Amino acid sequence: MSSAAAPAKPAVRRTLRRRKFTSNLMIALTCVAALLATLPLILILTQLLRLGATSVNWTFFTHMPVPAGESGGGMANAIAGTVMIVAMASVIGLPVGIGAGLYLAERGSARLATSVRFLSDVLNGMPSIVLGIFAWQLLVRPFKHFSALAGGVALAAMMIPLVTRTTEEMIRLVPVATREAALALGYSKWRTSLSVVLRTALPGIVTGSLVAVARIAGETAPLLFTALGNPFWSLSPTRPIAALPLQIYSYAISPYDDQHAQAWAGALVLIALVLVISLAARFATRSKFGTGGD
Amino acid sequence: MTDGAIGPATPATPLSGASARRRSRIDVSVGGDRIYGWLTTAFALIVPILLGAIAWAVFRAGWPALHRFGISFFTESDWDPVHDRFGAAPAVYGTIVSSAIAIVLATPLAVGVAIFLSEFAPPRVRQPIAFLVDLLAAIPSVVYGLWGILVFVPFLREHVMSFIRDTLHLGGLPFFSGPAYGPSMLAAGCILAIMILPYISAVTREVLLAVPRSQREAALALGATRWEMIWDAVLPYARSGIIGGIILGLGRALGETMAVTMVIGNAHDISASLFAPGYTMASLIANEFTEATNELHVSSLMAVGAGLFIVTVIVNVIARWLVWRTARGKSI
Repeated sequence: MSSAAAPAKPAVRRTLRRRKFTSNLMIALTCVAALLATLPLILILTQLLRLGATSVNWTFFTHMPVPAGESGGGMANAIAGTVMIVAMASVIGLPVGIGAGLYLAERGSARLATSVRFLSDVLNGMPSIVLGIFAWQLLVRPFKHFSALAGGVALAAMMIPLVTRTTEEMIRLVPVATREAALALGYSKWRTSLSVVLRTALPGIVTGSLVAVARIAGETAPLLFTALGNPFWSLSPTRPIAALPLQIYSYAISPYDDQHAQAWAGALVLIALVLVISLAARFATRSKFGTGGD
Repeated sequence: MTDGAIGPATPATPLSGASARRRSRIDVSVGGDRIYGWLTTAFALIVPILLGAIAWAVFRAGWPALHRFGISFFTESDWDPVHDRFGAAPAVYGTIVSSAIAIVLATPLAVGVAIFLSEFAPPRVRQPIAFLVDLLAAIPSVVYGLWGILVFVPFLREHVMSFIRDTLHLGGLPFFSGPAYGPSMLAAGCILAIMILPYISAVTREVLLAVPRSQREAALALGATRWEMIWDAVLPYARSGIIGGIILGLGRALGETMAVTMVIGNAHDISASLFAPGYTMASLIANEFTEATNELHVSSLMAVGAGLFIVTVIVNVIARWLVWRTARGKSI
């Protein structure tokens, strides 16, 4: 018996050593995966800073684009256009998203709520270019011209599912006791929802809305056949309008070095815009749990 | 509050001033509740209506082409605007190939990151790395495209493609044959992989967090190493959720437009070579829309959009169902 067990022991030990080695190797590999995954971001951001920073100056924000072949110029119209389109999208998308989110949070178990939740997830996965086709068919084709409003509608359609789901999540975080307290004091249901529950969840909803704004601000594909782009200054909702992402796209695929430089500068400004909005979103959430403020 | 109004002293009084006011306030609040209920329901109904309207719009816009070419629109490979012949097979092929490359490259990385973050990472590095990976999702598509066309594609051409050809001598394989200009299926697949990585990794992380502690403790108690615990106890439990995350990433890759348009080379060819330029459905629409002059050309592009709509709806429904099934397991 013991003579049979004795030779088995080194084998077991060897197996154990191998198993431990495999384990450590795989753990090291997941660590490598983490490093590799952060690499592209670091590469993109450093390139953007290196190549974009040289062309971002005061002129970039205040001047209009110059014709191909000339250097200098700016993207004043594109920056204003992006602000305009995003503002229109927010005016349409935010109330709808927040309203739908309120519905989902308060009637969570209704059959309609389940399907709305599911469909809003499906809508969230819809390619942005399909939303562009939707706005084109709805607002460009019947009127036979491109418009800033069509761009705003396309981006609003993108925003709605994002805002709906974050609003629902944030409202669900409000303790039931808060709601019950308001009802017990004689508040009607709608007053409870709007001035107590929504108010408590507001910082979170603001965060969700800002994240949605940051996401649509850089969107290009749906604007190709709605807002179209415009080399001139225009803020009219019924006319084609310039947008920062569109301008970056057309400069990036051009053969001119000057325009490439402008594209890098535009991309840097766009990223800065997106990051500032995202950081503002984080700040809005933090103030909810912080000690300062009311 | 006003005890007198319902006190026993005035049992038969008709509506006194105070209670009438209260009654009317109750009426207002009941009416308000009803209006409020209708309003939020209406907002909620906008979501399905919007989805229906999108379906209507893409099929309405693509109808002339779909009607004329039928289902062969997606299987024919002729794309000839001059002679009004349109077949989207190269774009369908390109969409499948570029997305497949993206999934193959992104999945191991994304799952690896998620395992590292949820199981092994020391708390101090967990937050920053998770933040950096999530930030990948915040970069606009057009910026990926700009970086792709001006930095990544030249790098791919100078170093990766020539390395595969000249150092590894794999130029004879059909995947790596033909001229290597840079803009290619491979470039598109790589950029897509970077873009979908945060989505897969976020879902995987969430699903791994839903695996009960007891599952891990039981594996360790049976003498498993840390990796054996992950491989034999945690991953099988999370499997369908992770697959859901991968399919969600696939949905993103299928419909991604700008970055792909800028690096794929835009050519109506079906080539086995990953170094050859191609088209995806989304990039075809984006690239040719401004040049499309006649009605049928525009309609053909919109028909491609309709195809994309159907595919992404199917892919997303499957993905959500898988993730939802695993996440539901969390609450039980």
